[in-house]
Amino acid sequence: MSHEWPLWEIFIRSQHGLAHKHVGSLHAPDAEMAIKNARDVYTRRNEGVSIWVVRSTDIAASSPGEKEPLFEPANSKVYRHPTFFPMPEDVKHI
Amino acid sequence: MYAQMVDTGAKRVRALEEMSPEERAFQERIDADIKIEPKDWMPEGYRKTLIRQISQHAHSEIVGMLPEGNWITRAPTLQRKSILMAKVQDEGGHGLYLYAAAETLGVSRDELIADLHSGKAKYSSIFNYPTLTWADIGAIGWLVDGAAIMNQIPLCRCSYGPYARAMVRVCKEESFHQRQGYDILLKLCAGTPEQKAMAQDALDRWWWPSLMMFGPPDADSVHSAQSAQWKIKILSNDELRQRFVDQTVPQADHLGLTMPDPLLKWNAERGHYVFGPIDFDELYSVVKGNGPCNRDRLRARVRAWEDGAWVREAAMAHAEKRARRATPKAA
Repeated sequence: MSHEWPLWEIFIRSQHGLAHKHVGSLHAPDAEMAIKNARDVYTRRNEGVSIWVVRSTDIAASSPGEKEPLFEPANSKVYRHPTFFPMPEDVKHI
Repeated sequence: MYAQMVDTGAKRVRALEEMSPEERAFQERIDADIKIEPKDWMPEGYRKTLIRQISQHAHSEIVGMLPEGNWITRAPTLQRKSILMAKVQDEGGHGLYLYAAAETLGVSRDELIADLHSGKAKYSSIFNYPTLTWADIGAIGWLVDGAAIMNQIPLCRCSYGPYARAMVRVCKEESFHQRQGYDILLKLCAGTPEQKAMAQDALDRWWWPSLMMFGPPDADSVHSAQSAQWKIKILSNDELRQRFVDQTVPQADHLGLTMPDPLLKWNAERGHYVFGPIDFDELYSVVKGNGPCNRDRLRARVRAWEDGAWVREAAMAHAEKRARRATPKAA
C-alpha cells in the first residue's frame, strides 16, 4: 500500500514533425513500463510517433510566485514583435 | 452525473467582501476565467471539493467498465466485440486521466482507491444497474455516455487546469462511445420484432436512471451554488437534464422507440420537452448503496485490486533490483 509505483510525465511527438508535447502522467515501476503504458493510454488513436517519459520528481518548475519577475519584463518590450514596425504600404515582401 | 451531490463543505456562498485577501484574489482570478494550477494558492474547501468531484468522476469511469465488460465475451459479432473492447479500454484511460488530475491536488492514487473500496468515495449511481441484454450496451452508449458528454463539455472550461485538460481529452473520445451505442440500437430496431422489443425494453429500464444521473433538482442545493462560484460546475443539474431530454427524445423517435414517460410532451411555448416527475428516492437509495448491483460492483473492484497486488509488488521489486544493479559500486 505504501509502495506506490512512481509517477511519470508523458511527452508525445505527433506525426507532423512538431516538438514533443506534454500530454499527461501515469504510474509505472520503471521507464520501460512507463513507455508501454503511455502507448496504451495516450496513443490509442494515432496521436504520436515518439514517446518521452520523465520521472515527475526529476522535473524542476518555476514557481507561481515568481510569475511577475519572470514574465512581466516581456510586457514592455513590444518592439520584439514585427508588428511594432509599421511598413509603408508600397513596400512589399517584408 | 458522473459526479453526483459533491459536498463542498460550504454552508452558504460568500460575497467577495467577506473573504480573506488571499481568498478574494483567488476568487477574482476565477471570475476573470484564469485557470488555477496545482501550485497556486487555493482555499482548502476548493481543493477538497475538487478531490471529491474528480475522484468520483474517475471511480465512475473505472466502475463503469464492469457493466459493459459483462458483454465483451457475448457481443454478437467479432466487430462489435472489438468495438466494445476499444470503448471499455477508453473508459480505463479516462479513469486514469482523472486520477492523475486528482493527484495534482496532493492525494495519492492508493488513497483514492482505498476510499472507493471502503465506500467513503462514491461513483455514479448509473453503474449500479445490471446489463441484462445486448441492447443494454446500446442504451448505455447512447444514453449514459450521452448524458456524460452533456456534463463534460462545459467542464472543459472549468477553473482547475488539470481537470479541464483531462476533460478535453475525454470529450474527444466520448463521441465514439455515444455513436457506437446508438448504432447498436439502430441495428436492433431495424431487425426482427423480438430485437426491436429488446431495444424498447432497454430504453424502458435505462431512461429514468439516466435522468437521475444529473443529480437532485437545483432548488436549495448550497453545494451546487458554491461549486458554481468556483466554476467547477458550469451548468446546473436541471439545465443539463433539460438539454439532455431535448436532445434525446428526437433520437428515440428516429429509432421508433417510445419513451417510458406518459407525461412527456413538447411544449412549443417554452421550446422544451416537459417530462414526468423523477423518483429521486430511488436515486438516494442507489447512492446510499442499495441499488441492484452496488455490492457486486464494489466486490469486483476490490477483488481486482487484491488479486493484482502481487503483480504490482513484483514489478516494483524487479525495477528496484535492476536499478540497484545498474548503479556503479562506490569506489
